[in-house]
Amino acid sequence: MYTTELEKQRMASAQEDPEKLAEFDARVAADDFIEPKDWMPEAYRKTLIRQISQHAHSEIVGMLPEGNWITRAPSLRRKAVLLAKVQDEGGHGLYLYCAAETLGTSRDEMVEALHSGRAKYSTIFNYPTLTWADIGAIGWLVDGAAIMNQVPLQRTSYGPYARAMVRICKEESFHQRQGFEIMMTLANGTAEQKRMAQDALNRWWWPSLMMFGPPDDNSPNSAQSMRWRIKRETNDEIRQRFVDATVPQAEALGLTVPDADLKWNEAKGGYDFGAIDWEEFYAVVRGEGPVAKERMKARTKAWEDGAWVREAALAHAAKRAQRMAAE
Amino acid sequence: MQPINERALKLGDDSLILGQRLSEWCGHAPMLEVDLALANIALDLIGQATLFLGRAGDPDALAFRRDVLDFRNCLLVEQPNGDFAQTVARLFLFSNWQELMLRDLCSSDEFGDIARKSVKEVAYHARYASEWVVRLGDGTDESRGRMIAGLDWMWRFTPELFEGDAAPLRGEWDARIDAVLGDAGLDRPKDSRPILGGRKGHHSEHLGHLLTEMQFLQRAYPGATW
Repeated sequence: MYTTELEKQRMASAQEDPEKLAEFDARVAADDFIEPKDWMPEAYRKTLIRQISQHAHSEIVGMLPEGNWITRAPSLRRKAVLLAKVQDEGGHGLYLYCAAETLGTSRDEMVEALHSGRAKYSTIFNYPTLTWADIGAIGWLVDGAAIMNQVPLQRTSYGPYARAMVRICKEESFHQRQGFEIMMTLANGTAEQKRMAQDALNRWWWPSLMMFGPPDDNSPNSAQSMRWRIKRETNDEIRQRFVDATVPQAEALGLTVPDADLKWNEAKGGYDFGAIDWEEFYAVVRGEGPVAKERMKARTKAWEDGAWVREAALAHAAKRAQRMAAE
Repeated sequence: MQPINERALKLGDDSLILGQRLSEWCGHAPMLEVDLALANIALDLIGQATLFLGRAGDPDALAFRRDVLDFRNCLLVEQPNGDFAQTVARLFLFSNWQELMLRDLCSSDEFGDIARKSVKEVAYHARYASEWVVRLGDGTDESRGRMIAGLDWMWRFTPELFEGDAAPLRGEWDARIDAVLGDAGLDRPKDSRPILGGRKGHHSEHLGHLLTEMQFLQRAYPGATW
C-alpha cells in the first residue's frame, strides 16, 4: 500500500548552514543515497518522517479492510493467500516504522500521532469491503496503484526508505497478481459473481485514482520533494500511467470502467479520463470517509486492549535482566 | 486403529479450526510483532488442514460444506479467542500436545510426510506460546491474573486431547506444561470434570457460529468456484 502527500503544511524554512546545504543538494542531485548518520536539512528530515510514517500507517490501517474477509474467504487456498498478504502488509508497516525511526522518531510517537488524528494514512482504506470481490479489486487496483507509486521510490534519496521499498515492491507485485486472479475467476464465474466483480470495480475505481494524491497544480509539497528526490514523478504522471495500464486489464476481464469520459487519445498515446471528485478526496483526507471512524476505532481499540500485554512484556524483560544481573 | 478418513478429519479439523480462530486476530493484536506471528501460525495451520483434509477427500468441500456434527476437532481449538492471555493459553496447551502427536506420526505410512513437515512448524508454535505464558505469568499483576484466568478457562478441555490412541502422550505433555508453568511462576490449574465430545461431533455452541462465518460464501452461492 502507499500513501501520498496529504498534509498541506508549509515546509519549515529553518536557517541551515549554507555550506552543508550546498553539499547535501549536490549529493542528492548526483543521485547519492542519504543515510541516517549523514547531515540533512531539518525540513528534509521532517518531510521524510511525515511521508514514511504515513506510508507505515497506511499499511497497518490497510490490514483492516482486507482482514475483514480472512475469516470468510471462500476456499482454503484463498484464505491462506489472503492471510499471507495481510501479514505482508503488517511486515511492510514494520520495516517502514523502523525506517522512520532512523530519522529520530519512535514507533510509539508515530502510533500516537495516528490515533490522535494528527498523522494521516491513505484515503483508500476509509472505504468498506462489502463483498469478496472487493478483495480482488483491492489487490488489482489498490496494490496496482501502490506499485506505480512505489517503483519510483526504490530510487528515493533516503537510503533506508529506498531499500525498504525494494522489498515491498516485490511483495506488492505478487499481491496485484493475486487480486487480478480473483477478479478473473469472478468475471468468468456465475452471473452473481460477475455482478460482484463489476460492482467492486465501480466502487474502487475512483478512490484508486485518488490514491495518487491531489492534481499537480494543487500539490503544495511536490516541487520541493521532487528537488530532494524524495519523490521522482508527479502525481498526475503516475496517475496517467496507472489508467493506461489498468483500462486494458479491465477490458480483458470483460468489466466496464465506470467513467463515461474514458477514451483513447491517439495523440498523447494514453487515455483521457473524466474529472476526479476532489471534494470527496479532501473530505476523506479530513477524516470523513465512509468507514474512517470505524478504522480508527479498530486501531485504537487494538492498541488500548493490548496495553496490558505490552506492559507485561516490558515488566518481564526488566525482571529477567535484574535476575540475570543478580546471578 | 480408526479408519484413515476419521483420523485425517481429526488432524485436519484441529488445524483448520484453530487456524480460523487465530486469523480472527489479524489486524487487532496487541502489537505489530504479535499480529505477524499469529497470522504466521494461522497460515501454518491452514496449510496443515489442507494437507490432512486432502487425505479424507476434497479439502474445500470438507471445510466449507460440513455441519457441526461432522467436525472432528477437539473442543479446545474452537474456544473463543477471549483476551490475548486466553488465546495464549489455548495455543500453549494445544501446540504442546500437537507437537508430541505429530512427532509420533512422523513414522506413520498414511501421514508421515505431512507430519514431518508440520512438526517443525508446531514446535515453533509451542515455543512461541510457552514464551508468552512465561512473560504474562511473570509480567505484571494484571497479566498474571489474566494468564491464570485464561488457563482456567481452557484447562477443562485438555483431557479430551488424550482420549484413545493419544493416551500415552499424557505424561510427556504434563512434564512440558509443568516446566513452563514453573518458569512462569504459575500453579497448574485444578482438574475438574472433563468436557468431551468434539471427536464425536458433539461440540460447544461456539463452533456453529465459527462455521456460519467461515462457510458463508460457499453456502450462499452453491456450486460457484472461487
